[in-house]
Amino acid sequence: MADITLAVDGTEVSVPVGATILDACRVLGKDQPTLCYLDNLTPVNVCRVCVVEVPGNRTLVPSCSRPVEEGMEVNTDSERVRHSRKMVYEFLASSVDLSLVDEETVDWMVRYGCDPDRYGPQADPVEDRDQRVAGHHHLGDGSTAETVHQPVKVDNELYIRDYSRCILCYKCVEACGEDAQNTFAIAVAGRGFDARISTEFDTGLTDSACVFCGNCIGVCPTGALMFRSEHELRLAGMWDEDDQTVTRTICSYCGVGCNLDLHVQDNRIVKVTSPMDHSVTSGHLCIKGRFGYEYVQELGDLAVTPIDQVLRRARVPDRDSSG
Amino acid sequence: MSALPTAAERAAVDGHLGLPQSAWEGGEERPEDAVLAEGGFRASQDRRQHILPTLHAVNDAIGWVSAGALNYICQRLLVPPAEAYGVAGFYALLSLEERPARVAHICDDVACRNQGGNKILSDLEGRSDVHPSPCLGQCDQAPAVFYQRAGEADCVAVVTDTDQVIKVLEGGKPEEVPATVPQAGDPALRLLKRIGRVDPTSLEDYRRAGGYRALTKAIDLGADQVLSEIKASNLRGRGGAAFPMGIKWEAVARSSVTLRYLICNADESEPGTFKDRVIMEGDPFALIESMTIAGLAIGAELGYLYIRAEYPFAQSLLENAIEQTRESGLLGDDVDGSGKSFDIEIRRGGGAYICGEETALMNSIEGHRGEPRNKPPFPTQAGLFGRPTVINNVETLINVPEIVLEGGDAFAAIGTTQSTGPKLFCLSGAVATPGVYEVEFGITLDELVDLAGGVTGSGSIGAIMLGGAAGLFVGEDYLDMPLTFEGAQDRKATLGSGVVMVFDDRTDFADLSQRIARFFRDESCGQCVPCRVGTVRQEELLARHCGGLPWEDELFEDIAQVMIDASICGLGHTASTAIRSVIDLGLLEGSRG
Repeated sequence: MADITLAVDGTEVSVPVGATILDACRVLGKDQPTLCYLDNLTPVNVCRVCVVEVPGNRTLVPSCSRPVEEGMEVNTDSERVRHSRKMVYEFLASSVDLSLVDEETVDWMVRYGCDPDRYGPQADPVEDRDQRVAGHHHLGDGSTAETVHQPVKVDNELYIRDYSRCILCYKCVEACGEDAQNTFAIAVAGRGFDARISTEFDTGLTDSACVFCGNCIGVCPTGALMFRSEHELRLAGMWDEDDQTVTRTICSYCGVGCNLDLHVQDNRIVKVTSPMDHSVTSGHLCIKGRFGYEYVQELGDLAVTPIDQVLRRARVPDRDSSG
Repeated sequence: MSALPTAAERAAVDGHLGLPQSAWEGGEERPEDAVLAEGGFRASQDRRQHILPTLHAVNDAIGWVSAGALNYICQRLLVPPAEAYGVAGFYALLSLEERPARVAHICDDVACRNQGGNKILSDLEGRSDVHPSPCLGQCDQAPAVFYQRAGEADCVAVVTDTDQVIKVLEGGKPEEVPATVPQAGDPALRLLKRIGRVDPTSLEDYRRAGGYRALTKAIDLGADQVLSEIKASNLRGRGGAAFPMGIKWEAVARSSVTLRYLICNADESEPGTFKDRVIMEGDPFALIESMTIAGLAIGAELGYLYIRAEYPFAQSLLENAIEQTRESGLLGDDVDGSGKSFDIEIRRGGGAYICGEETALMNSIEGHRGEPRNKPPFPTQAGLFGRPTVINNVETLINVPEIVLEGGDAFAAIGTTQSTGPKLFCLSGAVATPGVYEVEFGITLDELVDLAGGVTGSGSIGAIMLGGAAGLFVGEDYLDMPLTFEGAQDRKATLGSGVVMVFDDRTDFADLSQRIARFFRDESCGQCVPCRVGTVRQEELLARHCGGLPWEDELFEDIAQVMIDASICGLGHTASTAIRSVIDLGLLEGSRG
């Protein structure tokens, strides 16, 4: 099928039928801010930070999911676009802890001149967010800006859920569901500002359908979902990304051949990810690849012993007694 | 989660879905279950749409939905528990916590709050079986109470004092009031002509009063000709968006996809709106006939009638009407001898204003959270279950028999060129005779208020709310405005869903606008950032101002603009308009602090 030609900020570009406005922008090297969009997930277009102006549309349109049309004129930097993007970032920054978002997001926020403090001081954390019911809320006096701040959920050895950082981008739900794992352990619960990611009846992950693949962690843009190792190192003030190395390897558990990126600090694996652009994983892993690395660190001196010596030692009949 | 259902919960679920056929869906273990797996992706897709009706079945029978009940529903319908929990918790009228067997939802919305709703709520403050409620669609008889009663049908009652509510909560029987219209008997009426005059439970009476002549004529004309008449009528949707009905119908009728759906949007929840309830309670057969004509015209074999849960009386009358028409061959495999089949299924909402948004409504029917979809694709392209779908409001649909009988051109001659036909308005607040009024498009606001007996209370207008909470307040200078789509547009107003709520000059507009801000925050689905956070920030800003601080206009405009520009659906787009108008009219200046 013939390509579709459109204009982005006055520059013509041709992209295949079915491409989105975001695709067209990227062809031109004009990347747009995104939060809920990820190449390996179905667009849900809920964050609205990628909105652009297209004449003929009463409202702004989400570039991540709107298919291009012949002759379309897209404006990515109009006053309305800049305003909406600024406000989305401000709304999130005034209600969610964004201290762990990537640098790109921080750059966009600076560029659009966000001032999250103008909504007043942030309200204190609360413990009842998981009990809130649809259609009712406590009416405040407006002296503080309501937030999603709440205690961290630590209910297993592998990963934690810090929903004070959750911007409700739906990515984890998609990764847990049809876009990757098909486990459906989490979904959006509640409604409105009290909407939240939850297991059924807010039960702990170990009682839920969770299989601990950690694919939700892999797609979380704000650090709301985090390896427990990272969480604890951060609490102890010992998490140091500048000091970490990332080593790519292939998972040793089965024959699929998933690529692993081992994040190592102080000669310990502190986190495992998988490259998003890898044809086998698309960034997704299983519990073994993502969390099954402890045995490596339990090998003691074996981990640094040359392999021929390891094998030679293995052939020694009384190796058990030799320790 | 391993919680098990009680026998009563199991019975409620099975009573709705039928008995489980295998151990895979929660039944008795059979030998073949060990070797033959059932379920799978396809079955889960097919069954998912039953989740909301099944949740209702449990909530109705037990009073709430426990973890065990939810697990059993999930097992029966192959829905993951986390998702079912997310669906159940989306609806304000489904309870996921144990609660008293009888619960009263007392309307404290714009019409009811100052007509007794607030007083009853404060009298009963602290009771776990009493909750405030958004508009119950009874604004003409305020204040209204919606009762949920475990093991018994829900019901709505209009009350005059707190004791009446207590009596019902303690086991008494509430009185349901039949629908009436102030203009009953007026020979000029088209849409309301049978209400209060014809027995709403009798198909025979409906036919005697001219009912089903339009269907017969529509079958004679054929689908193409009916479509032409609808297009010629220039009828525009009455739900609020005023989209031409003929364009929707034609898009679906001409679609290359043959499996299509019709939806009647009876999720009337816009504060101040009650016209659809009056139609459904007073003339239910007219809606069934209208849907049938529509279904045949667009080539749909199934129509869904999505009605809000707060209209149990209307629902029972519609169920009766569907049953009687089926028995008479006016619905089913061969509609009135046409050789075509069409049937109607009723779906009950769960207490969520957002489900009146057309795509949210479709998600709700499909068994998902009632979150609006991004458009395009539009429902006419990919609507319910991904199929081409016509979705029309109740009032829009009941014009159809008139158009078929009178002809599209004759219908188009009523009203003005751009706003054709009769129009229903919901008059409430400080007027002598509140109710649903039928007029021809073009009457002025002044004339309409006079029709309802003029302004009561102090006798002086403070402001008039047009179009509901999603509309706006206007001052006395709008009394000469012709009530047409174009007339409203020219004055930067809206007719919305036909709400005309009059407030006298003694009204506490600070309180009123805060109620509206609360409404939008409560009813936002929470999906998109502009609306989810914007409705909160708007409410906070208004609270600061009503608490005595200066109005923050720049911040308000910033919040309003992003909701208008970047929200996914109409809820966010209109969440700030009424409050903006209250400010612009200076209505908070006197009452502040």
